[in-house]
Amino acid sequence: MNSLQSYLLLSSLLFSIGLAGALTRRNAILVLIGIELMLNAANLNFIAFWRYGTNPDALTGIMFAIFSISIAAAEAAVGLSIILAAYRHCRTTDLDRMNSLKG
Amino acid sequence: MTASFILLAVLTVAGTAAAMSMRNAVHCVLALTLGLTSVAMLYLQLGAQFVGFTQILVYVGAVAILAVFAVMMTHNDKPMDLPDSHSAWIAGCIVAAAVFAVLARAIVSSAPTVQAQPQPAATVQQVGDALMHRFVLPLEIMGLLLTAALIGAVVIAMDRREEMK
Repeated sequence: MNSLQSYLLLSSLLFSIGLAGALTRRNAILVLIGIELMLNAANLNFIAFWRYGTNPDALTGIMFAIFSISIAAAEAAVGLSIILAAYRHCRTTDLDRMNSLKG
Repeated sequence: MTASFILLAVLTVAGTAAAMSMRNAVHCVLALTLGLTSVAMLYLQLGAQFVGFTQILVYVGAVAILAVFAVMMTHNDKPMDLPDSHSAWIAGCIVAAAVFAVLARAIVSSAPTVQAQPQPAATVQQVGDALMHRFVLPLEIMGLLLTAALIGAVVIAMDRREEMK
């Protein structure tokens, strides 16, 4: 197993941990954190392929990772504010108890 | 696989697994910062300095703090994260393990021909040059997106009941 494969394995493990968290946790904030972990796994893949791929001087992997981190930051800000608004409405962040679309 | 990679991989997996399994939400976010910092160290080890420090600034500095604030603002005195229903927990773990098995099998069975290359240089100057020349349009669009997300987040989180009174 070469080093690219070990980075890819670590990244898929990170993705699976995030997926497990997003599927099993009931707190909406922790579900959002699980999604952030999955995004991080994708970023790690970008950087690993940039490092071990062909033509690393084009810096495309780094650019992908930078833009993906920015989008993740925007997503976290909007997601957490939606959770705050929903909490103000339902008085809970438990996803099992937030079960009506109509207030 | 070097010793530093194994150490960082163990730290990453331990931090993120703790973040997804602890009871107290604040502890989860603290464990998350450990995992994300180790991912940043992995970026540094791969030679992507700018991305590594961006990861620390954005995730540990901003997203984790934001998550801690959200946890504290939505804190209830009732124990909120009661033991999850057992079957749902097991089903989620099985799905995640199946996804990991498929991905790991694909990775191990494929043998990418990777020659030992010299560490590619990605100094901050080169990254800045690329951002200002080749990727200037995506950079501007990203600035627009971040502005829109900032305004949207403030508008969504604003308490409107005060205005209505």
